[in-house]
Amino acid sequence: MGLPDDYRAMARIRRFEERLAALKDDGEIPGSIHLCNGQEAIPVGAARALRDGDHVTATYRGHGWALARGVDMAGLFAEMMGRDSAVNGGRAASPYLSDPSRWFMGENSIVGAGVPIATGAALTAQRTGSGAVSVVTIGDGAMNQGNVHEAINLAAVLDLPLVVVVENNVYSEMSRIEDMVRIRQLAERAAGYGIPGRVVDGNDADAVADALTEAVTRAREGSGPSIVEAMTERLVGHYSGDVQHYRPAGEIASAREREPLARIRAAADAELTARLDAVDAEVEAEVEAAVTAAREVPYPDPATVKEHVYV
Amino acid sequence: MSESLRYIQAVNAALTWALDTRTDTVYFGEDVALPGGPFGATKGLHKRFGSDRIFDTPISETGFLGMALGSAMTGLRPIAEIMYADFSFVAMDQIVNQIATIRYSSGGRWKAPLVIRMQQGYSPGACAQHSHSPEAYFAHTPGLRVALPSTPDDAYQMLRTAVTSDDPVVVAEARMLYPTKGPVRTDAPVEPVGGARVVREGTDATVVAWSRMVPAALAAAGTLAEEGIETEVIDLRWLNPLDFDTVGASVSRTGRLVVAHEANLTGGFGAEIAARAADECFADLRAPVARVATPDVPMPAAPALQKAVVPEAAHVVEAVRRTVRR
Repeated sequence: MGLPDDYRAMARIRRFEERLAALKDDGEIPGSIHLCNGQEAIPVGAARALRDGDHVTATYRGHGWALARGVDMAGLFAEMMGRDSAVNGGRAASPYLSDPSRWFMGENSIVGAGVPIATGAALTAQRTGSGAVSVVTIGDGAMNQGNVHEAINLAAVLDLPLVVVVENNVYSEMSRIEDMVRIRQLAERAAGYGIPGRVVDGNDADAVADALTEAVTRAREGSGPSIVEAMTERLVGHYSGDVQHYRPAGEIASAREREPLARIRAAADAELTARLDAVDAEVEAEVEAAVTAAREVPYPDPATVKEHVYV
Repeated sequence: MSESLRYIQAVNAALTWALDTRTDTVYFGEDVALPGGPFGATKGLHKRFGSDRIFDTPISETGFLGMALGSAMTGLRPIAEIMYADFSFVAMDQIVNQIATIRYSSGGRWKAPLVIRMQQGYSPGACAQHSHSPEAYFAHTPGLRVALPSTPDDAYQMLRTAVTSDDPVVVAEARMLYPTKGPVRTDAPVEPVGGARVVREGTDATVVAWSRMVPAALAAAGTLAEEGIETEVIDLRWLNPLDFDTVGASVSRTGRLVVAHEANLTGGFGAEIAARAADECFADLRAPVARVATPDVPMPAAPALQKAVVPEAAHVVEAVRRTVRR
């Protein structure tokens, strides 16, 4: 743990997303992609609180969570390229991918829908006594979905080992969250469910790890669910083609001074800067190797298109 | 061994079997544990199996169907009860976007062995929001299995089949048939998914029905026999997987086809059967396929109005007569 490890984990996500955007521009990625640039500290911090067997359920902005949970990077690129990847065989692509071997329940393209599903993983953990915890991440906008309300209350009354991470990146898709709710912090809603809610700096992996450790420990001990609201900012658009005309001038430039990687860089002395540069170079090589490997994966055989509808 | 049970008792017996023989089964829904369900389907189960196995949920169909999916993905075999089929509409995202797609979209890496148990159809005085027959929505959705038992024995056998299936199964029971009594083979081996059944043989016309319209079709066949019209009645039982072979074989013998369901006409599953018949039985058909269904109106509540729209045996009789005379 500590700075260089977290920095590497976050840099992998950042570089992955940047490379993905370039591949999208080059026409190698069909379909829409939703990037998490600026939000890397949340999945990386959360991963420190988790162990094997703990399930993670994410949103369509979930590449960072997949990587933080250990899903194969080349497989992710291949999946998003529409290739016959070992991840989901080209059936999921960017917004709905999953990997049971890494306890990654999947992203979800329906806002909030992952919370009821994550509640189910928590039910299994509780009923089987596995000691596992189910972590689900949603955006700020999802807090206005009925499915989220239903699932959090359900998890609360059943005392399920669920942790709901709300990544508050200011924007509910393309509208400001402050225009969509009458409360200042979304974690205030926890009181309405009779569970703990906490707000943390989502651009600080240590703060996220501390909050998640507290929530995960509580869940593992059988004390039920909680909400962690991680405050962050999106450095990119809602989706790959979003020109973000709705964002005030200077907002993104200002956010770039607060984003997690820049923050570490700003505080680094010369020696640490050199180490971080070395990490960047290694990450760059890893990402390029993953892209190369992904390009070797064949496209799926159209003759298999009807496979896997049923067991 | 065979016991004489009411339909609703057969449901209870199948659930008892599931909780007794499969330790990974859990059962949840609204008012199912302590209250035993509004129709008694789960009567006595909480006392016998305890809160670990059967428990009440908040009135949150989306929440607990999603919970069914997540728990099925991670190793349980949940049965989630939707009290009235009408309430499934508030949870259609979980059914259509989530439960039905996870296996395919993951490239076969997850499975969702869960059962959504519900009861459907009109009853006297029930309003439009407690009378839907939504089976066509589910049959339209790839990834779901759809079962509609019409007898106490099938209520028992098909629910057990659903519980053992590795795919998600919607089991839609017929509330109006709950009081009907019949022999239930409680020691029969668990059947595989699917399979239509010829429940009355005949040579002049084929009637395909499911759920409440099966006893109606059998009553119609009795009336028609007195007129010298021999009607073959097929209980379709499963809309998915669809056993069209049984239907096609029958139509090849009779040359005439009537489809009867309580759901309203337009876009009902009868349209699918008619289209399949046009595709696969065109040369055998000696008359156009006829459909018996509720007309395209939301179900009224007043019995006098319900009587004007709900299909019964007489409607099947009239449709078969019309088909045979052409």
